[in-house]
Amino acid sequence: MGIRAILSSHLPNGQFGRHSLCLAAVGREIMKLDTSGLESAASLFGASSELFDGFATAPSFELPVTNDFDGFQKEAIQMVKPAKGTTTLAFIFKEGVMVAADSRASMGGYISSQSVKKIIEINPYMLGTMAGGAADCQFWHRNLGIKCRLHELANKRRISVTGASKLLANILYSYRGMGLSVGTMIAGWDETGPGLYYVDSEGGRLKGTRFSVGSGSPYAYGVLDSGYRYDLSIEEAAELARRAIYHATFRDGASGGVASVYYVGPNGWKKLSGDDVGELHYKYYPVMPSTVEQEMVEVSGA
Amino acid sequence: MTKQQANWSPYDNNGGSCVAIAGADYCVIAADTRMSTGYSILTREYSKICKLAEKSVMASSGFQADVKALQKHLAARHLIYQHQHNKHMSCPAMAQLLSNTLYYKRFFPYYAFNVLGGLDSEGKGCVYTYDAVGSYERVGYSAQGSGSTLIMPFLDNQLKSPSPLLLPAQDAVTPLSELEAVDLIKTVFASATERDIYTGDKLEIVVLNADGIRREYMELRKD
Repeated sequence: MGIRAILSSHLPNGQFGRHSLCLAAVGREIMKLDTSGLESAASLFGASSELFDGFATAPSFELPVTNDFDGFQKEAIQMVKPAKGTTTLAFIFKEGVMVAADSRASMGGYISSQSVKKIIEINPYMLGTMAGGAADCQFWHRNLGIKCRLHELANKRRISVTGASKLLANILYSYRGMGLSVGTMIAGWDETGPGLYYVDSEGGRLKGTRFSVGSGSPYAYGVLDSGYRYDLSIEEAAELARRAIYHATFRDGASGGVASVYYVGPNGWKKLSGDDVGELHYKYYPVMPSTVEQEMVEVSGA
Repeated sequence: MTKQQANWSPYDNNGGSCVAIAGADYCVIAADTRMSTGYSILTREYSKICKLAEKSVMASSGFQADVKALQKHLAARHLIYQHQHNKHMSCPAMAQLLSNTLYYKRFFPYYAFNVLGGLDSEGKGCVYTYDAVGSYERVGYSAQGSGSTLIMPFLDNQLKSPSPLLLPAQDAVTPLSELEAVDLIKTVFASATERDIYTGDKLEIVVLNADGIRREYMELRKD
């Protein structure tokens, strides 16, 4: 604005018009801040509208040009063979929410990893579990974490578990039928107390107190349902969760690795244990030395 | 009327294997140089390794046209990052970028099986392993490609470290020295070449450490 002031003091009013417009334009150019450096590349992917409206839009994905979208997806998934096969569980009890999962990722019959983090820390008081496609779960949980943070910044308070699970369910519903594979549980502690929701890629969203998801879930349910009581202590609940995961990894080939157990309480989540299921087996069923009936002896000579 | 099947596929598999091993202050990334299609060899001297940033090197097997497109995309994004932030991307940042880039093509995937190696901000070696749609994990070592099912069990036997998920946490640094790791890589590829038809010709090894980048080659069986 200083340039305009200097200009007006030197030129008569008549000539003020055109020249000043140019120089005022120049003046504006000089005053204007170049914010292109602050734009993240996220705008390339259509995510910039998140900052402007309350309803964050999903990133836009390019789609293959084909008549047979389903067939193409089937073939692509066959070729790509994303990692799935798992056991995860979560339940609400008197003290809060207990969440547990195994850590095996399988691609068909091949174990691609024994150390996958299937319990995703969305924020310090909310956890999500991963079952189904590993990339789908990782990406959309991270996206959910971003949305939860934006909610906190926009509303000056934390998002509820109900709200977070609804955000995720709506996103997954909009991609329904396109081949995403997500079976997740959102567990957290908000103003109303402990919360647990099951959300999947078919668009389903269920509120509940006990869930298990994955190929090993029938086995986990057996142990979980028979041992569950609302008034368990934290140690008892953790042991129940650990046992349920162990038994599922014992019988389900697609589950294994390390059984992780997390607790969500009024102060947020805390990781309670991470035990190799092979070692848990010998802890629960130690090898007993048994009496020998017949003992083989070395025969010397020919 | 039976459903029409597509008689042209946009994908092809050019074969090959890639391996990366992370050490206390180094990272070794290696890949063979054979490019094939079906039972034919297209060339014996194709590099599958690409330097993305000062301390990040990616090796990819699968469909090399998709790999080339992916490398170009990442190089362009890295250049933009350098202009905006006045520094190179760190390896963990590049790892996340690669994951997102792969996932944005979730419905028309890059047929690329990647392994990213480098040094993290503390100078320790890091290896990230990916599936074709972007799920990733930081590990101590990894193998991808047609020979991965032959190579991984051997690396598990030699390098297996306690899982990072265990609590109480156990230290997971690979105890091998840089020379031992390079030697292990050579052994591993020689064995994979014996039993995998898509792996062979020549081995390209890239070693990243505090002094910079070093490249080495070794001849493999050409049959």
